[in-house]
Amino acid sequence: MSTRFTPSVVTANDLFEGDVVYLTPQGGWSRIHAEAELFTQQDAAQAALDQALAQPDRLVGAYLAPAREGPNGPEPAHFREAFRARGPSNYPHGKQVEGMCRP
Amino acid sequence: MYAYSEFDHDVLKTRNAQFRAQVERRIAGHLTEEEFRPLRLMNGLYLQLHAYMLRVAIPYGTLNSAQMRQLAMIADRWDKGYGHFTTRQNIQFNWPRLHDVPDILDALAEVGMHAIQTSGNCVRNVTSDHFAGAAADEIADPRPVAELLRQWSTDHPEFQFLPRKFKIAITGSPNDRAVTRAHDIGLRMVLQGGQRGFEVIVGGGLGRTPVIGKVLAEFIPEADLLPYIEAILSTYNSYGRRDNKYKARIKIMVNELGLDEVRARVSARFDALRAEWTGADQAILADLRSAFLPPAFRVAPTDAFDAAYKADPVFRAFADTNLTPHWQDGYSIVTISLKAHGATPGDATSEQMRLMADLAARYGHDELRISHEQNVILPHVHKSDLPAVHAALKAAGLATANIGLVSDIIACPGMDYCALATARSIPVAQQIANAFAAREHDIGGLKIKISGCINACGHHHVGHIGILGLDRAGVENYQITLGGDATEAAALGSRAGPGFAYDQIVPAIERIIEAYLALRSAPQEPFIDTFRRVGAQPFKDALYQTGEHADAA
Repeated sequence: MSTRFTPSVVTANDLFEGDVVYLTPQGGWSRIHAEAELFTQQDAAQAALDQALAQPDRLVGAYLAPAREGPNGPEPAHFREAFRARGPSNYPHGKQVEGMCRP
Repeated sequence: MYAYSEFDHDVLKTRNAQFRAQVERRIAGHLTEEEFRPLRLMNGLYLQLHAYMLRVAIPYGTLNSAQMRQLAMIADRWDKGYGHFTTRQNIQFNWPRLHDVPDILDALAEVGMHAIQTSGNCVRNVTSDHFAGAAADEIADPRPVAELLRQWSTDHPEFQFLPRKFKIAITGSPNDRAVTRAHDIGLRMVLQGGQRGFEVIVGGGLGRTPVIGKVLAEFIPEADLLPYIEAILSTYNSYGRRDNKYKARIKIMVNELGLDEVRARVSARFDALRAEWTGADQAILADLRSAFLPPAFRVAPTDAFDAAYKADPVFRAFADTNLTPHWQDGYSIVTISLKAHGATPGDATSEQMRLMADLAARYGHDELRISHEQNVILPHVHKSDLPAVHAALKAAGLATANIGLVSDIIACPGMDYCALATARSIPVAQQIANAFAAREHDIGGLKIKISGCINACGHHHVGHIGILGLDRAGVENYQITLGGDATEAAALGSRAGPGFAYDQIVPAIERIIEAYLALRSAPQEPFIDTFRRVGAQPFKDALYQTGEHADAA
């Protein structure tokens, strides 16, 4: 694999709530982006994604989302992922009011 | 209005019970997401960026006060206290939880509503003129035919797996308020020798390949309409492309086969199946007509309206902007703006829904409409009641006098909610509305439409000014189109040039509007007329600071 790999987190939507979740270093699922595990190696990222895809009883649509290291943990590297991690911009709904969004 | 029959109620009950079982099986792990996804989509349930989204059909945009109150109840009980009205006369709830959705569908069924065929490759919610049955310029109310189409297309066994989704719009007026030319089939009522029929337009659509629909038949008598539409669907089902999702809409088939060939194949199919239609549809249509009879209008003086119009400038502005002539003397059509300056276009809180339901029940013969422009209409209000209606709307933040003006913007949910979006729409609409709020009455009629991706739910192609949000190398970027038109003179806007960054889009719109104000021949000349008179170039020069604007840059 010589193509450059973009550091990523594993993310999905929760089957029951539809809410955005992230794979943590402990192998659990957090609703907080900063608690996600940041993968810098493609093989490890793919293995983690495979693990997520093997949990269809609680997750929907797992994929690798570009991210970067920040002062409080991984941060979204694309604006779409920033919205998923925060909530909509027109109302104080979603993670931004549920204590799940760290600046 | 049409009221559900026992048969309709039974169909919904069975269907909802099926879906409840499917949800239970999904939660129990007996269905995979791949198996469940088409089942939930057939019932209007999407998974969006932050949550599930339930899209509920409001057939031809018509609902009564009990239905509106039930939508408010659903918003409070299972969502976040609001709903979003869409360009296809649907309402979307943005935050339902999966295990609540069967209960929501049961609550909808209680008032004769559902979410069936609001997704999937089937015939979607049939849309219509939001002033149907009330407009002074109408030949006849198109809703009996719209309801006939709804009944025919719902669970139609042959058309559940079309090559792609299929949208039908119908109007009974020569002034097209239903964007019929941007639908897979557009139907425009026409009279020929005193006989009622429809001009049938085919292959219109926006999205990544925008096309203005073409006239497939200039006149189809009403009695032949349903078999003719079945012939179109059947032809499309046979010859529409299934190899490429992006080439699967009927507009591509029309383009590839040619209009004449499509017409010949539809005619052949029509000839083959017409005899199977023995008149049951016309018997149903006759019954449906009685369900859409005009309400019992009252004759009363309109002095209260005249007095308020004279005395109250705020009411006067509302009356001048938000009222449309009704065919019945003494009555008006009231458009309630869901575009308060800075608000999310198309959103209504549960409190607002209940107030609109109350007003419909008290002053509006119990009818409400949802427009494709994301507003709510009270189609039948006696003029003497308008001051009271206005006062109640004002108290609820629903009296913004901006219909047809700059801030009456169509905007899709965009990247604030939609999983397909490539950029945000809502904040752009909010900023434009706020920027022009003080002077929009001076600017006059101007349609701005915003989509957050090329699928064009925000109808940007047919906006006088269209805005398309894209992802350009990981940054939101907005393209502008100019000169689009959603009316009977439907036209696609042309791209003005390179796009603008998120923080530059409002100044860009300001430059276009300043150019219009300088170019218009008189304050009465609307934007689109000026644009057609002078062409795109002066607007492009203003937008990109070229030509005579270059020195000012």
